[in-house]
Amino acid sequence: MGMTIAEKIIALAAGKPETHAGDIETVTLDRLMSNDGTTHLTIDMYNKLKDPHIADIDKLVWIVDHNVPADSVKTAASQKKMRDFAREHGIKFYEGEGVCHQIMMEKHVRPGELIFGADSHTCAYGALGAFGTGVGCTDYLYAMVTGTSWVMVPETLRFNLHGKLRDGVYARDLILTIIGRIGANGANYKAMEFGGDGLHSIDMAGRISICNLCVEAGAKTGLMELDEIAFDYLKEHGDRQPKAVFAPDADAIYEQVYDIDLAEIEPIVAKPHFVDNVVPADEAKGVKIDEAFLGSCNNGRIEDLRVGAAIVKGKHVHGDVRFMVVPASRDVYKQAMDEGLIDTFIEAGAIVMNPNCSVCWGACQGVIGEGEVLISTGTRNFKGRAGHRDSYVYLASAATVAASAIAGEIVTAQD
Amino acid sequence: METFTGKVWCLGDDIDTDIILPTEYLVFKTIDEMKPYAFSPLRPELAGRIQPGDIIVAGNNFGCGSSREQAPEVVKALGVKCVIAKSFARIFFRNAINNGLLLIENSELPDAVSEGDEISVNVNEAIDYKGKKYPIVSLPDNLLEIIDAGGLVKAMRRRNGLEN
Amino acid sequence: MGQTIIEKIFSHSADRIVKPGDIVTVKADHVMLDDIMMPFIVSKFREMGFTKVFDPECPVIICDHLVPASQVDDTRAYHISCDFAKEQGIMNLHRSDGICHQLMTEAGYVKPGQVVFGTDSHTTTYGCVGASSTGIGYTEMASILGTGELWVRVPATIRININGKLPDNVMSKDVILKIIGDLTAAGATYKSLEFAGDTIDNMSVASRMTISNMGIEAGAKCALMAPDAKTSEYCGIELDEYQQSLFGDADAEYEQVLNYRAEDFVPSVAVPSNVDHVLPISELGDIAVDEVFLGSCTNGRLEDLHAAAEVMKGKHKADFVKFIVTPASRKIYLEALRDGTLDILSDAGAIITHPGCGLCCGRTGGIMTDGEVVVATNNRNFLGRMGTSKVKIYLASPKSAAASALAGKIVSA
Repeated sequence: MGMTIAEKIIALAAGKPETHAGDIETVTLDRLMSNDGTTHLTIDMYNKLKDPHIADIDKLVWIVDHNVPADSVKTAASQKKMRDFAREHGIKFYEGEGVCHQIMMEKHVRPGELIFGADSHTCAYGALGAFGTGVGCTDYLYAMVTGTSWVMVPETLRFNLHGKLRDGVYARDLILTIIGRIGANGANYKAMEFGGDGLHSIDMAGRISICNLCVEAGAKTGLMELDEIAFDYLKEHGDRQPKAVFAPDADAIYEQVYDIDLAEIEPIVAKPHFVDNVVPADEAKGVKIDEAFLGSCNNGRIEDLRVGAAIVKGKHVHGDVRFMVVPASRDVYKQAMDEGLIDTFIEAGAIVMNPNCSVCWGACQGVIGEGEVLISTGTRNFKGRAGHRDSYVYLASAATVAASAIAGEIVTAQD
Repeated sequence: METFTGKVWCLGDDIDTDIILPTEYLVFKTIDEMKPYAFSPLRPELAGRIQPGDIIVAGNNFGCGSSREQAPEVVKALGVKCVIAKSFARIFFRNAINNGLLLIENSELPDAVSEGDEISVNVNEAIDYKGKKYPIVSLPDNLLEIIDAGGLVKAMRRRNGLEN
Repeated sequence: MGQTIIEKIFSHSADRIVKPGDIVTVKADHVMLDDIMMPFIVSKFREMGFTKVFDPECPVIICDHLVPASQVDDTRAYHISCDFAKEQGIMNLHRSDGICHQLMTEAGYVKPGQVVFGTDSHTTTYGCVGASSTGIGYTEMASILGTGELWVRVPATIRININGKLPDNVMSKDVILKIIGDLTAAGATYKSLEFAGDTIDNMSVASRMTISNMGIEAGAKCALMAPDAKTSEYCGIELDEYQQSLFGDADAEYEQVLNYRAEDFVPSVAVPSNVDHVLPISELGDIAVDEVFLGSCTNGRLEDLHAAAEVMKGKHKADFVKFIVTPASRKIYLEALRDGTLDILSDAGAIITHPGCGLCCGRTGGIMTDGEVVVATNNRNFLGRMGTSKVKIYLASPKSAAASALAGKIVSA
């Protein structure tokens, strides 16, 4: 019987020739990522173990990204615990270098790997053909100590992408459309697998954006077939060699197959307070905004900043809007400086912050207050996500966010 | 001339405004919400134990640091009747006067008293402690005017015809 | 008899000769209102019964302590600031352009010889261009908004002469730290500090700003330097007759005169937790550092970033040290971006944030926990200022801070 990409990766990690949806396998993890959201909790539990030890230190990557720079003594204490432990045990440690998933993609993830991350958007790694999935700190601890875990092999939803996105329409609009179509739990426990001729027309930034958001449909992971664009990315970023390159078998079994004509996708907005509450951006036009956010693991890459800068260049952020621009990593920030993009944003009146989760995380910088409205390239818009429990978050593409920052209300770049 | 008696709380030199009211509480909407946190970096229990009518006695340079007026306001809101110190920082001094918080400079008393003692204050004359009198220097006239008016807000209200 | 600078300014304002101790009512040329105080300023303004600001061109409203917002309540002060500006027709509104004390001179508001008040203690900063500037509370600010004026008591002046050439690794921050250590935290209470000498003459306005900024840490009412050609260039004006007269007369009466030789200054720190506990770095011993903060109205200017970049060029901060850089204004950020300074600092591992008060005011921007040690270029190291009361804050110059970030311990450049 043929296998999907997810099945192949799990089979490899389990040391078996094959596995299928519904099977439960014991797997050896290739990488274990944890950030300052929960690592301190993992450490507390680790220290209570009778015989604490780490199976394979080299596989651990610890990243401080959520509250940078630290905004409270509580945050500072949890980060110090993480820092001290990493230092003592020689764990790869990044602080202030950018959002965890961006760093993982830029420096660590290899095709064919099975990766646990103590963060839900770990599914992003599928853009490089790696099975990344979010776990809680208990599962993380177990994997840290034993190097293994159990996984239930997920069913896969297959998305065949055809053609090309139109000008002014982005990968972000595509994934929001898909989530709107299948619903916030439409992919619960499943893998979302992307392929088709249309995939090749989407750049790496767009692919990461797509896989990153899969968890918002309830997915366990997002996965993509690899091509020259993906291999070029690996070459440019440390010349990383794949663990394995998997394409799905012709007779792989999918729970459902979707065919998507990319040319039909329009600019999309996810309205408060659910990611699947999507409407064409035109329908959200006119909503006054207080803050706009361009950044996050979903849309904080150089390609997103280029789109935003092109729209604001020579213009000024609307007087009533705080426009927060946050590159997803130091490398992105540097490149944005070189290309004059940061200059453009600062000149236009934006607030440019150091690479970190920022507004998306909603608990450190750029938080919104009572009654305020945010339009954001972040990943979530649940009630209270970006600050006050009575505030409103609209999710949209970088272009829509930048255009709205200028207008002071929701508009598309076309307007 | 007003005379009052109160229980003493003792603090040292250079009690700065970050101690009197840490920055993180400045965004609270009201002084009442802030007052439980007064002095918390140095003495977290103090705000909860101060009773109306108590007196704070401190060393040199009380109130140094920021111009945050919330500092004298929370001290007043806690019910502190007056602050006696060897010296006061300038901005704190003005802010306290403007809010009707009585400040008295005296260089000897802070070394003499202990926390929990009772002292008697005869405003603009002397402090009475264990039978010894510590003379108090008068405030300048223009400051007395503000205090007499009940603080700067009342003085301005009077000027705008809102008060008699 | 001769007069000191502050006596000349208040005499000009009162239109009569005044001397120390005199109480005069002065008209405010400008007032600075920062976001964190706005809710209370506006509330007192209304409580006083005022409905219209006396002169809408006088106030400058600056959002700096709470931008970007780190708590949901921060936006309340932000909206009050913007709404009041709109309501009163106040055009001088800066929503995210940087720190108040940087903008007041940089954006051209404060000119030599003016009388300025601000709801922040470091309002003494504008003395660097020869203006009388001092911090006040929000109630008095509300009264100025309504009436345009305030009473002041003319202070006595402490004259500080500094002559000679500063050693290479010494910045104006080291100079003012030593002076505050000598004066002590209350040594200049109610006084005007007047700085002169060829060392001051040779300093940039940016360096002078650091000195004036920290005057309040010795309790001073104001901290002034005579305006000169550099002041003229910085402010973009020709000095008029009044402004040219703003230097301490040879026969002026000073309460105290301190004389310093520039060559005697050494890289110094203010040790935890008082600004006047100043020691040469060479006397410290090995102190490991967890965090380094380069920024604030004291030392967040282009020359400060340049100084740090010069020390760090081609090098990287020590592992596990958090190195936070917060430029003092949007203009400075742009300049540092364009001349490659931010590139150097980023390569050195800096976390570069948007211009604002940042860590200095201790709400966010690098808060720390028990046992952590920070070297910071700002102006205060009080207990609990940047986190728990078991955080140790050492104040230093940008050069020393940069060197410490490289070494992972407190060292001079």
